[in-house]
Amino acid sequence: MGIFQYDFMKNAFIAILLITPMFGLLGTMVVSNRMAFFSDALGHSAFTGMAIGILLGISDTDISMIIFAIVFAVLLNLIKQKNVVSSDTVISVFSSLSVAIGLALLSRNGDFSKYSGMLVGDVLSVGTKDNVKLLLALIAVIVCWIFGYNALAGIGVNKSISRSKGVQVDLYENVFACLVAVVVMLTVRMVGLLIINALIILPAAAARNISRNQRQYNLYSIIIALFSGVIGLFMSYYLDVAVGPMTAIIAALIFFITFALRGASRE
Amino acid sequence: MKTNPYKKKDKELEEIIDDERAAMYKSGKVRRGSKNAACGFHRIEIKNLTVKAGNSRILDDVNLSIYCGKLTVIIGKNGAGKSTLIKSILKERPYEGEISFRDIKNNTVSRLKVGYVPQRIDIDQNAPVSVYDLVASYISKVPVFLWKSKSLYQRIQARLELFDAAELIDKRVCDLSGGELQRVLLAVACTPVPNLLLLDEPVSGIDENGRELFYKILTELKKSYDLSIILVSHDLELTARYADNIVLLDKSVRASGSAKEVMESDVFKETFMNLK
Repeated sequence: MGIFQYDFMKNAFIAILLITPMFGLLGTMVVSNRMAFFSDALGHSAFTGMAIGILLGISDTDISMIIFAIVFAVLLNLIKQKNVVSSDTVISVFSSLSVAIGLALLSRNGDFSKYSGMLVGDVLSVGTKDNVKLLLALIAVIVCWIFGYNALAGIGVNKSISRSKGVQVDLYENVFACLVAVVVMLTVRMVGLLIINALIILPAAAARNISRNQRQYNLYSIIIALFSGVIGLFMSYYLDVAVGPMTAIIAALIFFITFALRGASRE
Repeated sequence: MKTNPYKKKDKELEEIIDDERAAMYKSGKVRRGSKNAACGFHRIEIKNLTVKAGNSRILDDVNLSIYCGKLTVIIGKNGAGKSTLIKSILKERPYEGEISFRDIKNNTVSRLKVGYVPQRIDIDQNAPVSVYDLVASYISKVPVFLWKSKSLYQRIQARLELFDAAELIDKRVCDLSGGELQRVLLAVACTPVPNLLLLDEPVSGIDENGRELFYKILTELKKSYDLSIILVSHDLELTARYADNIVLLDKSVRASGSAKEVMESDVFKETFMNLK
């Protein structure tokens, strides 16, 4: 196959093999614990992190993006835990503010077009160094899953039961939020700010239609994410469109197919 | 580091005792015997408990002693502070006053194991969570997304059997009836066996038989294990039949005592006249 004669395609392929399982896993918990809106807001905060990085003259804006996203995530959690305002509203307010600040800073002197590529993403520009970061992130996600999945699943069902069992609910929620923040910031440039949440949510949502327990749920989610990512990469190569959106379209199609299957199995 | 091996041993021992009790409970030995497992001297002591929300008081100077081996039922109108009392005991709401667990010699025991059955849980209509997943995620460290441990599965099934729920283990939680879910949650709350069992009964969604079965299970539990039970109830009829103590709550304790005492009191009639 001619597709792998280019190094950038090889790197992109490896990146997809690392990113999609991560999204597949994180997505299951994001969907179960009703955090879709939260992860969306995190994605949008990428602009602000990047703008702050540029403003401070940091050469690797990944760092400022990750730091900002972690602060943002923990802050959101803190306000949510105080239970004063509905969490949808809180997330909305902070997400809008952060996007606005980011856009305002990046659009100074009419410069925004330089950064607009981040909206769509570009996995073809991924280098070996990026892939090493992605591999480390994937390992971190798997480790967190092995040690934290039960607690997080329990928290999603009922926090009070978790607390009565001695689980540090706030700590787990914060660590999970930070994990999502780091993964989103590492990958947002590759898959696109507008699409990233779709790629996190869709595989899990599709898996949910056909799973009866947590093992099936996570397994199907990973398979659907991987499948969509790989097919998306190939199709984008031959159709000459961006990888992120192509992958999201395929994942959405799979969602509809599994939705139909679920309806059929019920009858 | 030094205490670790002992800690583990303690835990194992606890589990063995748990399992032995469970076996006795199942065989009916405990039930038939006249002697209860509860000593009757452990108690949860609530002193001058006050919970504020802004300027208003949700709970005002609540004083209660809840003894092990007894089913204490809390009744009251909507907004009387019943759920707040439960949340305070769970340490989820800041409060003034004292909630302590005392042993036979009146010493305070710091590590109080609490089991909690909530009124409702957040499970979507289509959630891919089996009963095994739910129970395992609360009582075990074996990651439920990775594999199903055979020994854990058997342990959970044995637990569920005590609560008439063994056949539910592979069902999805979202497919359970209200009564089935309540029994599964009770199994979660009782693994390991707590010192204090807190139950917030759902207002609706459980049929007559389901409710009756639930109260029967509670009655057997309090005989078989050394624990105190606090139940927030909305069913006065069943409460009257099964409760050892009733506490009528309306910001503070308005009446307490046996079912007969409380239900014949003027305060009770005043509170529930419209309902009766």
